[in-house]
Amino acid sequence: MKVVITSSSQTLADPIDMHFGRAKFFILADTETGRATAHDNAQNLHAAQGAGIQSAETVAKLGAEAVITGSVGPKAFRALQAAGIQIALVEAPCPGTEALRRFKDGELPVLDSPNSEGHWV
Amino acid sequence: MSSFPSIAIASGKGGTGKTTVAVHLAAWLAGRGEAVQYLDCDVEEPNGHLFLKPVIETAEPAAIPVPVVDNDRCTACGKCAAACEFNAVAMLKKPMVFTELCHGCGACTLVCPVEAIREEPRGIGTVETGQAGPIRFAQGRLNVGEPMSPPLIRAVKNRRDPAAIALFDSPPGTSCPVIAAVRAADFIVLVTEPSPFGLHDLTLAVETFRPMDLPFGVVVNRADPADLRVQDFCRQQEIPVLAELPDDRRVAETYARGELLFDRLPEWRDRMAELWARIEERL
Amino acid sequence: MKELVVISGKGGTGKTSLTASFAALARKAVFADCDVDAADLHLILQPEVRRREAFVSGREAAIREADCAGCGRCAALCRFEAVSAVARDSDGARVFQIDPAACEGCGVCTWNCPATAIDFPERTCGEWFVSATRHGPMVHARLAPGAENSGKLVSLVREQAREAATESNRDLVLVDGPPGTGCPVIAAVTGADAILVVTEPTVSGYHDLSRVLQLAAHFRIPAAVCVNKWDIHPEMADRIEEHARSAGAVPVGRVRYGPEATDAQRRKLAVVEAGDSPLATDIRAVWQNWLDSTAESGEKKSP
Repeated sequence: MKVVITSSSQTLADPIDMHFGRAKFFILADTETGRATAHDNAQNLHAAQGAGIQSAETVAKLGAEAVITGSVGPKAFRALQAAGIQIALVEAPCPGTEALRRFKDGELPVLDSPNSEGHWV
Repeated sequence: MSSFPSIAIASGKGGTGKTTVAVHLAAWLAGRGEAVQYLDCDVEEPNGHLFLKPVIETAEPAAIPVPVVDNDRCTACGKCAAACEFNAVAMLKKPMVFTELCHGCGACTLVCPVEAIREEPRGIGTVETGQAGPIRFAQGRLNVGEPMSPPLIRAVKNRRDPAAIALFDSPPGTSCPVIAAVRAADFIVLVTEPSPFGLHDLTLAVETFRPMDLPFGVVVNRADPADLRVQDFCRQQEIPVLAELPDDRRVAETYARGELLFDRLPEWRDRMAELWARIEERL
Repeated sequence: MKELVVISGKGGTGKTSLTASFAALARKAVFADCDVDAADLHLILQPEVRRREAFVSGREAAIREADCAGCGRCAALCRFEAVSAVARDSDGARVFQIDPAACEGCGVCTWNCPATAIDFPERTCGEWFVSATRHGPMVHARLAPGAENSGKLVSLVREQAREAATESNRDLVLVDGPPGTGCPVIAAVTGADAILVVTEPTVSGYHDLSRVLQLAAHFRIPAAVCVNKWDIHPEMADRIEEHARSAGAVPVGRVRYGPEATDAQRRKLAVVEAGDSPLATDIRAVWQNWLDSTAESGEKKSP
């Protein structure tokens, strides 16, 4: 299964980025092979509006079936739902590797409604 | 220029007395028998109605066109999402539209190769028109929580009666809603107050309006003979001071009650007459 | 970390004067001036700029006159009345121009121009600053004249202020918010811990307060209300507080009408820094009441 982890850096050893829409990097990890690749999200980080929506589009294009992050705004939530991407939540920043392990073990709650107001509008 | 000019009343800072000047000018002009229309373009906080107390005759929704995708026709090519500068269309399995981010530019509709996108209106507020005694009245009310005000401001201005002097009560500040409100006016009256905040915001307003090539002048409200920095600034910048309205607690008290000043402070009639004379000689 | 936002609905109610006093009274705070359209807090706090950044947002279309064939397709497609025809000096043919103040930045004209004569560069919409003041770090900004106050700059200022608070180990961010109820205000209040609405006892103040309290309820943010210049219309002050209560907001006090606010402003001081005065006493009480009310409303959101 392909999973995206929002990250403040390019490696899974570093803590995950708690904000989905304006995360610095998306790390695409394969839960079977353990292979991980980092994808820059700088373009959306600085978007005038709709960063969360664009981030959802990026994640969908990467072919992910789930995303692990800290918070998702209302519009990004709608977009991820429409793309059929599951959202798993960590409650506090932790290394990406740990988040991925807990996800595989089914320890992370799955988000069924947006849990952030969004940065604006 | 038509025989009936349009005057925008603006201010760099809120609360300087912009609406006070606009409604009294309207009332004075009407009292003199002029055909006059007051248009409240301060659509986030329209307050002129509190003083003019118009009878509202029409109320129509104002809308911007937003896209609707016909998923049967859509080939999921993604061109619509790529064309949208505002991230209002996302390409997921099919295009998904976030109408609250849409500016109504039509880019997605134009670019769609299979004509799978049509547009439908999304309401952003209401335009009301009516009559306040002899004064023709129009105002916009932006829906609470709605971010996009310029299209509503343009809708209010479209109600302009060409057979009357138009007074546009503009939003405060110097950003794009103000530009939408003052655009195509024949003259801008900038209302300020002689405080450091007032002077600072006036300088920003002057920087904004200078390049627009529209004539403008300044009204100093709550004028204080001990603080003439605004007047000095205007002299240096060669901006006419159209009126100085003295600081008077009775003005604040009368304003607080939503009453016009003419009964309690009849000298305000003369002040409006002088102000209008100064504006008229510059048209 | 707590983020408290002062807004007003109607402009000119004394929001910034009060915020400046709160800045002087707050302990271990960072200040954010989010009234980026008419920023005035710096006139009192006199920040020393330590960091200065350009604020780039969106794009704007510009026609290269030499390449314009005068077909008018751009004008026909533009929905923002931003394109107009002008006569070309040399040969009398018409060319088109874009009014940057009216350009929405949608790009429709640029990719539909048959002569590809329209550029679409990024737009510099202002500047933002991180500064030091006598009461603590301050983040502020300046929107370019006529620029779109989309809320993005407001969000950016808030974000930078939160960062500055983390770096300097301060646990309070005090925000001077914009007037109105539109985009910039929404950007200033979403996700904040509490807002204070500074209003005045006038028909306009009352009217705008109800709109702003609807907004607070819409975003589920605990709201407090302060009536400034209450004594110019005491009955209206009562009505405002009553209305505030019925809308779920907490009245946290009144400040009287007086010349001290403008006098202090002229001396580049907050009212509470300009010596003892009845006004200063009022403001101190409002600040304390507001802080107490936010402590009670407690754990509203996770960071």
